[in-house]
Amino acid sequence: MKREGRERRLAIYLAALIFVIAFPFIDKTLGLGLLGKTIPVALFIILALGLNVVVGFAGLLDLGYAAFFAIGAYTVGFLTSQASKLPYHELDFWPAMIVAALVAGIFGVILGAPTLRLRGDYLAIVTLGFGEIVPLVIRNTPDVTYGILGISPIGTPQFALGDAKFRFGIDSLPWYYLIIAIAALSIFLTTRLRDARIGRAWMAMREDEVAAASMGVNLVTTKLFAFSLGASFSGFAGAIWAGYLQQISPEQFDFSVSVFVLCMIILGGIGNIWGVVLGGIILGSFDRVLAEKISGGVHGLGDLLGINALSTFDVVQFKFAILGIALVVLMNVRPEGLFPSRRRKAELHAGDDSIVEEHQAHETLYDKGRT
Amino acid sequence: MALLELHDVSTYYGSIQALKGISLTVDKGEIVTLIGSNGAGKSTTLRTISGLLRPRSGTVTLEGKDISGKPAHEITALGVAQSPEGRRIFGRLTVRENLEMGAYGRTETDLTADFDRVFELFPRLKERVDQKGGTLSGGEQQMLAIGRALMAKPRILLLDEPSMGLAPILVELIFKIIRDINTQGTTVLLVEQNALVALSVAHRGYVLQTGSIVLADSAKALASNEMVRKAYLGEG
Repeated sequence: MKREGRERRLAIYLAALIFVIAFPFIDKTLGLGLLGKTIPVALFIILALGLNVVVGFAGLLDLGYAAFFAIGAYTVGFLTSQASKLPYHELDFWPAMIVAALVAGIFGVILGAPTLRLRGDYLAIVTLGFGEIVPLVIRNTPDVTYGILGISPIGTPQFALGDAKFRFGIDSLPWYYLIIAIAALSIFLTTRLRDARIGRAWMAMREDEVAAASMGVNLVTTKLFAFSLGASFSGFAGAIWAGYLQQISPEQFDFSVSVFVLCMIILGGIGNIWGVVLGGIILGSFDRVLAEKISGGVHGLGDLLGINALSTFDVVQFKFAILGIALVVLMNVRPEGLFPSRRRKAELHAGDDSIVEEHQAHETLYDKGRT
Repeated sequence: MALLELHDVSTYYGSIQALKGISLTVDKGEIVTLIGSNGAGKSTTLRTISGLLRPRSGTVTLEGKDISGKPAHEITALGVAQSPEGRRIFGRLTVRENLEMGAYGRTETDLTADFDRVFELFPRLKERVDQKGGTLSGGEQQMLAIGRALMAKPRILLLDEPSMGLAPILVELIFKIIRDINTQGTTVLLVEQNALVALSVAHRGYVLQTGSIVLADSAKALASNEMVRKAYLGEG
């Protein structure tokens, strides 16, 4: 049984891998023109995987996640853009990307060290504030950041394979493979972390901080590690975002990005890596592709039925309203998300019959003691 | 030298003084019990030893080494394991995972011998090894809490109210196991409201009253002490 399950899972992974690798060719052959849109979607997946470490594994509610995304993007901007005001700004994209992840991680430590002693709601408020402050600082220091004008262009990565040189420019193809590779690496990395010693410590800490401390878990460093690791994921994604878009400005990093990424995790199933990936795909493609398509469909329907309101109804404008309604419905119907981790499901359905029955099936020692 | 020694320890919650200069010793191989009524400061004493609380003054020493004010995870690493008040097992982790968490501070990866030891003491846990901690009965949860603390291979085991909320027959069983654990070589500091049963397994005892130690003697002497009998053993 177990072996069969594993083989089936391997087959699914393999099929997904082949599809992902072949996607650009499918896209080209069918003339879908979706390749460019998959890049922000894949980037959202990387963001969601990083936030999942913080929120899903360690149980720390971080509402200012986009701030680290901005820090990563601007670090690359400062280091590689011709427009940068740093004295040295000719760094190659690849090292700049690593530096961006490091800088974001360091900011994670700086923010986390004094605030991670807070619990639950308080941490959420502090991170929310941080998420607001970072874009504001960028906006209000035009001498360094060009304020709302933003920084452009950003240095682009280059990649030499023997004599052949690939330049990441307007063509989406190299970007696509780069981001897919990083997303795959992120999945691998977070899976390993979850199953490692530190993953256990996060889980125990999320369950009961006092008991975890009694077991020898260093709460401060364990939390800080989760928080800054999430931050550097975000910074890494920010670096790629800057390189891909070639233009960064503060409004790309506002609160709605943090919330959107959090929604992906909640929708997919907090703590479950593949659930989070699917949540990212669903919401990311809704945001970038589906909303437009649906809008077109609604217009067509309106024309067909002669209902003017439908013909002019713009779904894209109501994107967040639709998303909000969908989430409210989901939270009522399936609070654990679409693809929950087994643990989370058990927690949210603790009162359900199946578990009660399971409990009753085992005669408890207490009962035995009484009879 | 005593294994564990508290010297004139005072601990506060904010501005409220919970411990008013407590001194006590636990020697290697002993079971020492700390009895007293609700709010006397028993759990506070354990939390101060295990590092969950910091003493404002006084010292806690483990084999002569000052550990007062160290963070909980460092104290655990030094060989002080605690089965906390209210058990605090990880409800969504399985019994096995709970026990593994108990050994978190250790560097060895092969825990077979430790699992065997815990399962020998608590055969119930072996039967329930893949069950979620939260679905265990109260008695089983208490066993898990003690077993989890034992997984740390402690030099001293701190037990906080192991009898709480359990049926009398289970209390008896748990305390028999506590004595077994001690016979196998683990020193125990036991905090109990149930003075009768605590004094029946302990070698020595301290009586705590509103943050101060008012009596210290052998368990036998305490059990026959007039004041103890009146206040804690329910004899008028």
